[in-house]
Amino acid sequence: MRIAVCIKQVPGTAQVEIDEKTGVLKRDGVESKMNPYDLYAMETALRFKHDYGAEVDVITMGPPQCEAIVREAFMMGVDRGIILSDRKFGGADVLATSYTLSQGIRKAGNYDLIICGKQTTDGDTAQVGAELAEFLGIPHVTSVCRVLKVEDKSITVDLDLPMHIETAAIQFPCLITVEKGIFEPRLPSFKLKLATADRKIEWLGLKDLDDRNEMHYGLNGSPTQVKRIFPPESHSGRDMWKGSSGDLAARLFQMLKDKKFLQQAR
Amino acid sequence: MPQIVIHQAKAQDPQSLAALCPFDAIEFADGILSINSGCRMCRLCIKNGPQGVFEYVEDARPGVDKSLWRGVAVFADQTGGQIHPVTWELLGKATELAVKIKQPVYCLLAGYNVAAAAPEILEYGPDEVYVYDLPELEHFRIEPYTAVFEDFINKVKPSVVLVGGTSIGRSLAPRAAARFRTGLTADCTMLDIRPDTDLDQIRPAYGGNIMAHINTPNHRPQFATVRYKIFSAPEKVAVPKGRIVRCEIAPERLASAINVLEVKPKRREVGIEEAEVIVVAGRGLKKREDLDMIRELAAALDGRVASTRSLIEAGWTEPRQQIGLSGRTVKPKLIITCGVSGAIQFVAGMNNSELIVAINEDEKAPIFKTAHIGIVGDMYQIIPALINKIREYKAAGHGSPAGCLQTCGGKA
Repeated sequence: MRIAVCIKQVPGTAQVEIDEKTGVLKRDGVESKMNPYDLYAMETALRFKHDYGAEVDVITMGPPQCEAIVREAFMMGVDRGIILSDRKFGGADVLATSYTLSQGIRKAGNYDLIICGKQTTDGDTAQVGAELAEFLGIPHVTSVCRVLKVEDKSITVDLDLPMHIETAAIQFPCLITVEKGIFEPRLPSFKLKLATADRKIEWLGLKDLDDRNEMHYGLNGSPTQVKRIFPPESHSGRDMWKGSSGDLAARLFQMLKDKKFLQQAR
Repeated sequence: MPQIVIHQAKAQDPQSLAALCPFDAIEFADGILSINSGCRMCRLCIKNGPQGVFEYVEDARPGVDKSLWRGVAVFADQTGGQIHPVTWELLGKATELAVKIKQPVYCLLAGYNVAAAAPEILEYGPDEVYVYDLPELEHFRIEPYTAVFEDFINKVKPSVVLVGGTSIGRSLAPRAAARFRTGLTADCTMLDIRPDTDLDQIRPAYGGNIMAHINTPNHRPQFATVRYKIFSAPEKVAVPKGRIVRCEIAPERLASAINVLEVKPKRREVGIEEAEVIVVAGRGLKKREDLDMIRELAAALDGRVASTRSLIEAGWTEPRQQIGLSGRTVKPKLIITCGVSGAIQFVAGMNNSELIVAINEDEKAPIFKTAHIGIVGDMYQIIPALINKIREYKAAGHGSPAGCLQTCGGKA
């Protein structure tokens, strides 16, 4: 069984701020790390390596610095690392990112299973998995919370839906996105760090891909455009309410209604 | 497409120019400055760099013919024939947008044994409901649902497609958007439309620390997902004007490699850490039986009951209900504290809640320093009056569409 896990390097903290004057992200001194949700995807793959002898590759797209997270993946037991890096890939939105990953995966090999984390902590969209599956032409399921069975041609999983747990069998090749907590991610091993220090990482640029039309990548291949970014409105000041109990109850009722706390939760 | 061009001849101090970029996207190597893939087009280098070194170049590319794509479409999110209420909210927003550009509102209803829901959808104002009622659509499986979505879009050619940010929507919308090689903006919190039908989409990023304004200027349709309870459901129209369109699709397009084996209802035992709404009883409670009032309020808000340490020590509540440094830390969407003074050890366990409402008789209670809304008054009068109002509201059929009671009831 061959598995590819998609990973991403993200800012080390979500506490990013916007410069009020320039409207640009303040990123000074912000460390990078592996997207925490990807650890669960990788752990799932590594369990399959242990239990079924699967080969596990990681693939990421990003600037050269993202080598750090591929090295980290090696320290956890991943066999092979592929980095898609090219200035032509820059400024990619979900569509261009998914397309680039699909091109990289096609180049890297025939996989039975692609595993993605639930979402990233920076973009927060949880869409790349589904779009990637579409570009690869394979089925996908999201919200996998438990693996019940792995067979030659299929995998049986539980999906964590809002009101239900759904059990489904999906034929290979397929893509799954896993929930946080499906398995407890392992820590990087120092032994593996030493053992994999010289392991070669495969770098793929635009020229290495089957589709070399640069209009399909990066900013060129991105239908969405960010017009501007700005700080959210802050919860302003404190409000003190006084008056008769009847009035206070009526006011509280209105506030709860306006803020939609009186609708069913789902 | 736009790009940043570097005029090398004008670059004086390449090292300092490379430092201009907060994303480390400017590289200096072999005597040449270049922009790498880290570039986010923030244009800070143009703004803060020496004049003339960095230039923003936009080349016009023929866009899509926007006049061929008309109307605002909503995907009706359903499980087992029960329409998710986010659908009503999206239909309300779709109507608002469609009025501005004088175009129709469409709705896509896909599933098995779901046709009965179409007349109810019409009550929320769409001009046409397209119904795909097929056995292959009994469970949400990605291939047949995407095939139906594709068929619908090709039939209708909508300019905008709105999908609920539910577990179904968050799986289906990106798949369908990718099939049309078009843009999708997830979890929008504000939507507006321009005369040229470009959709203005605003969404939070970086865990809500930043808002982004996004357009899809050269592609159609424009996909956006919106979470439940972001927009408001409109009032039902007295006389629906829309029509129902029954659709067929070739069965071979509905094949799937996914086999749904079992669907089990989830036993939702929500602890206070996971609760979205919490009502807290504090020392202001006079006797144990008065907890009923707190429980009733929590039930009316679909929330959980928690307490301060003093009530646990009195044996009135369970230790797992305790909020504070020696108990649990919570971060619900709404927390209402009733007769809680607000000792530091308590506040530390709840001060990151999104909306904090405190009811206390003592205007000087420290809890009012933490609360967003401080209500100075007698909870023994305010809470029963509030519960009555909520009951009347719900009895009038608001807030809990048919079928909800048996699914949501009893877990509070």
